[in-house]
Amino acid sequence: MKSSSVPTTSPAASPAASSPSPPSVTPPGRLRRLAPLLALLVAVVLPWSTLRLPGLFEGPLNSPGTLQLLAVCLVFAGLALGYDLLFGRAGLLSFGHALYVAAGAYGVDILVSHYGWRLWPTVAVTVLAAAVLAALLGAVALRTSGIAFSMVTLAFAQVGHIVINRDPGGLTGGEEGLPLSSAGLPAMFTGVVNTVNLYWLALAFLTVVVVTVHTIDRAPLGRTLTGLRDDERRIAVLGLSPYRLKLLAFVLAGTLAGLGGATYALVVGGASPHIASSELTLSLIVMAVLGGAGTRWGAVVGGFLYAYLDQRLARLGGSLPGPFGEPLFVLGTLFILAVYFAPGGLASLSSRLEPLRRALRPRPAPDAI
Amino acid sequence: MSTVVLLALTGLGLAALYFLIASGLSLVFGLAGVLNFAHGLFLSVGAYAAWTVSESWGAIPAILLGVAVAATTGALVELVLIRPLYTRHTEQVLVTVGLSLAGVALLQSVWGADARVFPRPAWASSVVNIAGAQVPADRFLLIGAAVLVLLGLLAFLRFTRYGLVIRAGVENRDMVSALGIDVRNAFTLVFAIGGALAGLAGILAGMYFSSISPGQGASLLIFAFIVVVIGGLGSVTGAFAAAVAVGLLQQFVNYYGTAGAGDVSVVALLAAVLLLRPAGLAGKAAPA
Repeated sequence: MKSSSVPTTSPAASPAASSPSPPSVTPPGRLRRLAPLLALLVAVVLPWSTLRLPGLFEGPLNSPGTLQLLAVCLVFAGLALGYDLLFGRAGLLSFGHALYVAAGAYGVDILVSHYGWRLWPTVAVTVLAAAVLAALLGAVALRTSGIAFSMVTLAFAQVGHIVINRDPGGLTGGEEGLPLSSAGLPAMFTGVVNTVNLYWLALAFLTVVVVTVHTIDRAPLGRTLTGLRDDERRIAVLGLSPYRLKLLAFVLAGTLAGLGGATYALVVGGASPHIASSELTLSLIVMAVLGGAGTRWGAVVGGFLYAYLDQRLARLGGSLPGPFGEPLFVLGTLFILAVYFAPGGLASLSSRLEPLRRALRPRPAPDAI
Repeated sequence: MSTVVLLALTGLGLAALYFLIASGLSLVFGLAGVLNFAHGLFLSVGAYAAWTVSESWGAIPAILLGVAVAATTGALVELVLIRPLYTRHTEQVLVTVGLSLAGVALLQSVWGADARVFPRPAWASSVVNIAGAQVPADRFLLIGAAVLVLLGLLAFLRFTRYGLVIRAGVENRDMVSALGIDVRNAFTLVFAIGGALAGLAGILAGMYFSSISPGQGASLLIFAFIVVVIGGLGSVTGAFAAAVAVGLLQQFVNYYGTAGAGDVSVVALLAAVLLLRPAGLAGKAAPA
């Protein structure tokens, strides 16, 4: 019964993934620590490259189409990691995360397009509003636990989806969505030439999420959240309030989702009801689990790959036979296979393959001992 | 008065659909502990199977085929996908999530994303005059089917050996296994029953909305989840009472309030029930 809220990575799996071979610390260890910074550096300078990767992208790397695709992937990488703060760290299986993403996207879109607000105050107000919304709804939803919590969050998000679809007062544009009016935006974010700025914006969002979540991971709060996931009663016995901690995680994740929604609205130039739907939440779950829930980089990799495949498969759709033309068929099937055959996600693959690698490595000499 | 009668009967028709979906979900959750996101897929599979043959076979054989196909799908999903993940509840939920995404996409690739007109027999589209209200006859079909299913399920649970195993399993699964009864056969049976009822609901929903689409199951499923939680997980009678409450509330508030207010009020009802009675109307505590 207790295990029902524990996500896929068992507590034993995460340390195993981070230290597959204990003795080798110095050179690969330092490389490992520098790798994220290097990746960030490469991502920052990437728009100056005219490299062509046929098959992966349609134009050269610095073409607006490719940069936009990459920007969407980066946003989803950030959203997935933000969701993983709830799901992988705190063990809260929320089915309503899309609500806060939609709050961010529609908040920015409505205030800029209908009321002519300037961008930066709008983003600040919207993210704050998403945080308040998460605090209010989380306070109710967290009175329940387990499956009931999932259901309540799902129901709340569904109300958001319905309201957005009904187009109250002509605010949300209903099923058509609401294009972001470029009049209120700074010049650096408008026009096809400036797609590169949107790319950097998406990268900045991802960096903010990564720094936030990894700081929490390292802080005592992160360990308490993991403890909450593994055994809530133990945290309560230690004199901490599980309810307040869970609410804190819920609000933090909601805030990050609001920021991500705002970034998403800027990157794709508007908001559509799809981002409020339960399918978006389900795809965030898929991203986190595919990459490896609760690991440092799993959700980031999962989110990036999922968004990439989703967009590329939709583009290639017509040329693939039968159900393979449907991105969700491919991604859903991949997801099911991952749940069975790679329960820790992509992040666990290296440690999973370790015995195989060790078996294949030629032994230098028969053991002397 | 006639408006109230029409609204009440339409609301009860909707409630009947919710009950057909929710009773299967509730049994599956109560016994196997699986929150089944693929339940909407069973519904769509049944509806499309019936739609495919309804032109050539006629209504009744088409309904029977749809129900049989949906029941088979349910049993197969349990045997192939759910059973290997026994006791790992989160993974089971994740698999059904993946299945619902992939399955709906598969239906879309075969039948297209657009809604199809669902043919209904002539007697179902006739109109009955009750207290001055012109009520479409398919509402009575829905309500009748739901009441029959309720009585049938209760009789099955009460008077048969498998019903006893299922009731005992919902109460305490470990004890049933400890007594030497293979509870997993009951899992498959519950999935098959849930699939059959969902398939029936899909076909009746096709008649009610006079169209079917691959995503229809998913949108009905969310309200069925709400009904399950309000009714109390694992309880058939609780699901029935909750379905009636939700269907009527939604229909009346949608008519007298602004558009969409009915759906919002259903969620408000859910929040209220959870805060006042976290275990739902029937009162069986949800496992954490």
